[in-house]
Amino acid sequence: MNQFIFPFTLAFTALSILGAFLAPQNGLTNLALLVSVGLVSLGKLPTAWRSGLLAVLALALTILLRLNPNDKLAFYGLLGVLVAAFLLPNLSKLVRIALALAILFIAVPIAGLTNSFLFELGIQIGIFAALALGLNVVVGQAGLLDLGFAAFFAIGAYTWGIFGSPQAAQFIPGYPAEGLPGNYLYLFMALAVITAAITGVLIGLPALRLRGDYLAIVTLGLGEVVRVFANNLDKPLNITNGPQGITPVNRPDVGPLTEFLRAIGAERLYGRPIDEPIAYSFFFYLLVLVVIGIVVLVNIRLANSRFGRAWVAIREDEIAAKAMGIPLLPTKLLAFATGAAFSGAMGAVFAAKQTFVSPESFTLQASINILAFVILGGMGSIGGAVVGAAAVTVLNIGILKDFSDLLNTWRQTGVTILGYNMANLPPQLNPAKYERLVFGLILILMMIFRPEGLIPEQRHRAELQEARQEAKEGGGK
Amino acid sequence: MTVADLFAILPQTLLEGLLLGFVYAMVALGYTMVYGVLGLINFAHSEVFMIGAVVGLEVFRFWGNPEAPVIANPLLLLLVALVFAAAGSGIVAVLVERFAYRPLRKRGSKNILVPMITAIGVSFLLQDLTRIYAALRHNEFNMQYRTYDVLNQVFELPLQTTIQFKGVIVIVVSILMLIGLTYLVNRTKLGKAIRAVSQDMQTAALMGINPDTIISRTFLVGGSLGGVAGVLFGLLYTNVTPYSGVLPGLKAFTSAVLGGIGNIPGAMVGGLILGQLETLSGTYLPFLTNGNFGTEYKDVFAFLTLVLLLLFRPQGIFGQNVSEKV
Repeated sequence: MNQFIFPFTLAFTALSILGAFLAPQNGLTNLALLVSVGLVSLGKLPTAWRSGLLAVLALALTILLRLNPNDKLAFYGLLGVLVAAFLLPNLSKLVRIALALAILFIAVPIAGLTNSFLFELGIQIGIFAALALGLNVVVGQAGLLDLGFAAFFAIGAYTWGIFGSPQAAQFIPGYPAEGLPGNYLYLFMALAVITAAITGVLIGLPALRLRGDYLAIVTLGLGEVVRVFANNLDKPLNITNGPQGITPVNRPDVGPLTEFLRAIGAERLYGRPIDEPIAYSFFFYLLVLVVIGIVVLVNIRLANSRFGRAWVAIREDEIAAKAMGIPLLPTKLLAFATGAAFSGAMGAVFAAKQTFVSPESFTLQASINILAFVILGGMGSIGGAVVGAAAVTVLNIGILKDFSDLLNTWRQTGVTILGYNMANLPPQLNPAKYERLVFGLILILMMIFRPEGLIPEQRHRAELQEARQEAKEGGGK
Repeated sequence: MTVADLFAILPQTLLEGLLLGFVYAMVALGYTMVYGVLGLINFAHSEVFMIGAVVGLEVFRFWGNPEAPVIANPLLLLLVALVFAAAGSGIVAVLVERFAYRPLRKRGSKNILVPMITAIGVSFLLQDLTRIYAALRHNEFNMQYRTYDVLNQVFELPLQTTIQFKGVIVIVVSILMLIGLTYLVNRTKLGKAIRAVSQDMQTAALMGINPDTIISRTFLVGGSLGGVAGVLFGLLYTNVTPYSGVLPGLKAFTSAVLGGIGNIPGAMVGGLILGQLETLSGTYLPFLTNGNFGTEYKDVFAFLTLVLLLLFRPQGIFGQNVSEKV
């Protein structure tokens, strides 16, 4: 029934134990709250009780965050409640939406306006989640293995990066020297959707005639081609400014948002003025949320449409699908273009958020990471893509960094653990630098113990169970 | 630069392309063997190759220490390094198969993505483990191969071409590897078993072949070849980092696909073609476009050729057309 409960509870138990070390001032409170989140999700509770308890927990964690905005564990706990609200069976739609809105638009901003790291984390999760949702259409639903997905993200980022910065003046005579004003970003997000979708079709046209592993290597190659162009198109015409990248990319005006925050008394609440950096963090947090919302809606509508069913048919059996009259190439191209369009829009947001675009962000590594989010979350499942992105992002820029800080503190204070003086620990051992090690280990273990992902799509789960059954029977013979 | 100059540097360019091609080909053999048997793109092979390079480097440092060399003769030292690297990489490959791929096989999932994601995970893991090793032991990220006069010795060949001794070694070793592997696969009992397992694992098992053992040995052979290639790569390009397997690995995999993945001579031919393409485009693109498109576009050239070739011959140059089972 609750397929995701096992990893979920495991994660929370691990987090709680870590919590006692990482945040001693709130250690016990955190421990209690995180364990409760796990228990409420896991326990056999009546629906009304569960909804109520989740709401209470959300409130408690919010208060904890308000008292101490640097308490990351309370933040993770809130994320946990959010995930639970969306994925637990039997919750009413109203409760789900109310909980999600309250956490995303009240609880997180309350802490984020003081500790902008929380916004940063939220924005990162959002960007990766949108990319994962895009790739989910291609790999998860249509079953087309694309190893060059970051190319579309790059196209979106460069679409705004070039025209929203002094860069375009380099090759268009008479272009405004500062580039287009930041408020054009909204227009360019739409343009990025179109350019990315067109690139998707252009890359897809040759690549999609191939299948399986051949498709993988060709998309990988074409992804690299896009990166090489981004890296070298600084001559003969300086279009992308080469490896130095483009900076500064203009950002939309946040005046109205700042006014609004002042009007509702945010300054008095925090005892400090709302300055530009914090306003921008908040702004991009909201923008990313809106984009994600739209992407999720489009995704759900598409998955339940004629095209969505055609994609699944192709994924399950291409020949049968063809025999049933599904036009293969156009249907696959549509999947490619849709996925590309999502990540193109997020690319434009990314460029504005960073105020900097360079080929560094769009390597093969990035493509593989996005693929891993999709697989970890559960191929073909929309919730899975978001949770996969969130889990890995929290791990990489949250937990591993905290763990490094902890080790550093131990080194400095010379704590002795199991007879070993931590002051002798080599300084090269810095967990924050070894995120790939942890990530790799998680990938391997997940594939061995839970290949269907954290939140599997129904159809996939059924298939895998069938295969397992067959393997078992085969072994008995 | 005149047209005559362009022709004058052609032989040297071709020779360098040949060298690069042999390096790619050596790595491609490992990909192709695993793919031939398991149908799995073993992304971790690029890390197995990199680990070979690191093991070779350690042998050079340990026994070839300039103050007190245990083995003073560089050629003997190289031989020892090759043996150790082959053993080291072979063992790593076998362990990877045992602990990452075999559990998946036992589970019997038909989803091709699952083993591939595992391979990516293994490759991340091996990269960072090597990184930790390099940080703790050398306190640095870059590891430099020592150079030896004997190995760097330059030979003059006809047509104004030159080649270093280590280049000759690369060519000789990779040809030996190809011959040895072809012999192993076609003439020995193990080869027969490998072919049987790659045809049909269950039937092979019924005939008294233990597929697990055979797969394990396939990984051992493929990994050892990767290790040897790693040392030679280190000698040629002198610099090894935990990530230096990635790019050659990618190119080698492209070579394998180009030649028809799963096909041993195909891997060799694919590697040689890719090497030539890269070197030729790297040398001539800047001239032909007045310096507007530089050497950096050589990868674009290589990949676009791959796309074009696959459009006309989706199974690669030597690949067999697999008929669809309905």
